Amino acid sequence: MSARATTVASRRRSIGTLLAPWASQIGITAAFVLLWAVFVVLAPRTFLDFPIYQSFAQTTPFFAIVAMLLTMVIVAGDIDLSFGSTMSLGMVGFVAVWKATGSVELGIAAALAVGVTCGLFNGLVVTYIGIPSLVVTIGTQFLYRGLAVALVSGKQFPLVATSSSPSYDLLVGKLFGIPMEFVWLILIAIATWLLLNRHRLGQNAYSIGDNAQASALMGIPIRRTRITLFVLVGAAAAFAGLLNSLQVVNYYPAVGDGYLLPTLAAVFVGGTSVFGGRGSVWGTFLGAFMIGGISAGLVAIGLSDYYPQVVYGAVVLVSVSIHALLRRRFEY
Amino acid sequence: MAETADPMSGQPAGGRDGARQPDTASPTPLRLELSHVSKSFGGVRVLEDVSFHLGHGEVVGLLGDNGAGKSTLIKIITGVHRPDEGEIRFNGQRVEGLSVPKARALGVETVYQERALAEQLPLWRNIFMGRPLSGPLGFLRVTEMRRATEELMGESMGFTSAALMSNTSVTGLSGGERQGLAIVRALHFQADIIILDEPTMGLSLKETEKLLHFVEGIRAAGKSAIFIDHNIFHVYAVADRIVVLDRGRVAGEFPTSRYSLEELMDIMREVASGGTYTEAERYRADEGRAATADAAGDVA
Repeated sequence: MSARATTVASRRRSIGTLLAPWASQIGITAAFVLLWAVFVVLAPRTFLDFPIYQSFAQTTPFFAIVAMLLTMVIVAGDIDLSFGSTMSLGMVGFVAVWKATGSVELGIAAALAVGVTCGLFNGLVVTYIGIPSLVVTIGTQFLYRGLAVALVSGKQFPLVATSSSPSYDLLVGKLFGIPMEFVWLILIAIATWLLLNRHRLGQNAYSIGDNAQASALMGIPIRRTRITLFVLVGAAAAFAGLLNSLQVVNYYPAVGDGYLLPTLAAVFVGGTSVFGGRGSVWGTFLGAFMIGGISAGLVAIGLSDYYPQVVYGAVVLVSVSIHALLRRRFEY
Repeated sequence: MAETADPMSGQPAGGRDGARQPDTASPTPLRLELSHVSKSFGGVRVLEDVSFHLGHGEVVGLLGDNGAGKSTLIKIITGVHRPDEGEIRFNGQRVEGLSVPKARALGVETVYQERALAEQLPLWRNIFMGRPLSGPLGFLRVTEMRRATEELMGESMGFTSAALMSNTSVTGLSGGERQGLAIVRALHFQADIIILDEPTMGLSLKETEKLLHFVEGIRAAGKSAIFIDHNIFHVYAVADRIVVLDRGRVAGEFPTSRYSLEELMDIMREVASGGTYTEAERYRADEGRAATADAAGDVA
């Protein structure tokens, strides 16, 4: 090594530089462990026992599944606020087809098809009319929810009869005592990780989110990529709607309402940048369980029901600040 | 900025070395030829009847003030914009509806400096931006891409720092290193026509020298390059021919073998102050020569 190269190396080489690509993920993992440790110390009876984890494993996937695919959308510099409504509209598709044919499987296919259509519509409006996705999906959030409510005239539909179908157990049953919701979340998380980090789609999503102009110059199919990502979120939302409704064996048109903020919080707590170009499936996964665990954790600690919002806010702000500080320290 | 004006390295006194042959009447078709290209944006004529050609192994410098139409011309060549009028030929073949992917397939590669890098992404994703190596289902061959990136870093970019890895993000690189990354990306994809858009901007003297050396390498490899810069010293040092654009028109073409740097600087000054360059017979003779070359390209 030449003298110049040596000085360059010694100036640059530090643990920090070597860990820089992982700084964000190490940060979120540390925050996750810390939060968990706090809960274990303050409520050991609850947090050292199995049932609470089983409960998390069942309820967190309802929004964590969407958060996975939403991470990719945000990495590409877009956002989708309509998924909560897509969860409901997809279920309208399920109810309609299931009632008409008696087949749960066809109902599932219909729900997914509705989800894909909702995502496609979002993507087409965003890319072809050229309206920012934030605005478009605020609009479709109302549109999809409104359609769902109108189509069922605001009524609920009991889904008890679906529970005898084998698909029911496949979606919301148990596998060796583990809720299937959690199994699906793991599968979807792995698939999303592969798509984002090991697939052309993810490569293009990262490039578009980081530098859309450069991506155009390098010939990346920007529209197709963005539309595909919206479609995936739409499908994930419809699937989450299915899990949620089948779990409670009831469809009510307000399903999915209230998942918007926890889902977004999970993504941002996980270190995905709102500006695009940077995101982590692992971070979103941990972020979802942090958000999902707070409410139960606070109850177990014995804090009153009024506090969760305060803690949500604190956890979101602290995590996002950690990411920002790590970024400044290691990468800029 | 100290690095911009360096007449010593920029001007090999006494004109060009004799080895460089002009591309007149070359039997092989020109690498690239634009004829009578015009382009307007919202009623504003940005390019007006511009003809431009580029031979094999030729480095052409494109000079002109801001708004002269340099970047529009480049964007037409790279397929970003479609010309309103005129035609484009690659290796003698007329190309219709040139798009970015089409231009890249035809071997046009642009070094847009850091503007074409995704800063937060690791080096290997930048090298393979827009055309990653992937398997049949679209899954990336990451190990292969990282290995290729590391080889390129060592061999072509001269990145010897042990802390620079293929998964280091671009934010960790200096301006010169970013430039190197963009250039190496162009080379890696076997570009035939490499477009250097203001490549010396923000580079130190030493980094500029490295860059100019690289441009020499493009010619040595038989590839062609278009070198856009504000700085005539940098362009003159490596270009075979300098094309001056002014307010959307070609104000003149000057082979560096026949014009000294001083003459060109005078011409540039004249163009900047008076509009078009109207020097006497010498330029007219050169224009005639350029026309012959155009005709040769048309026939082939």
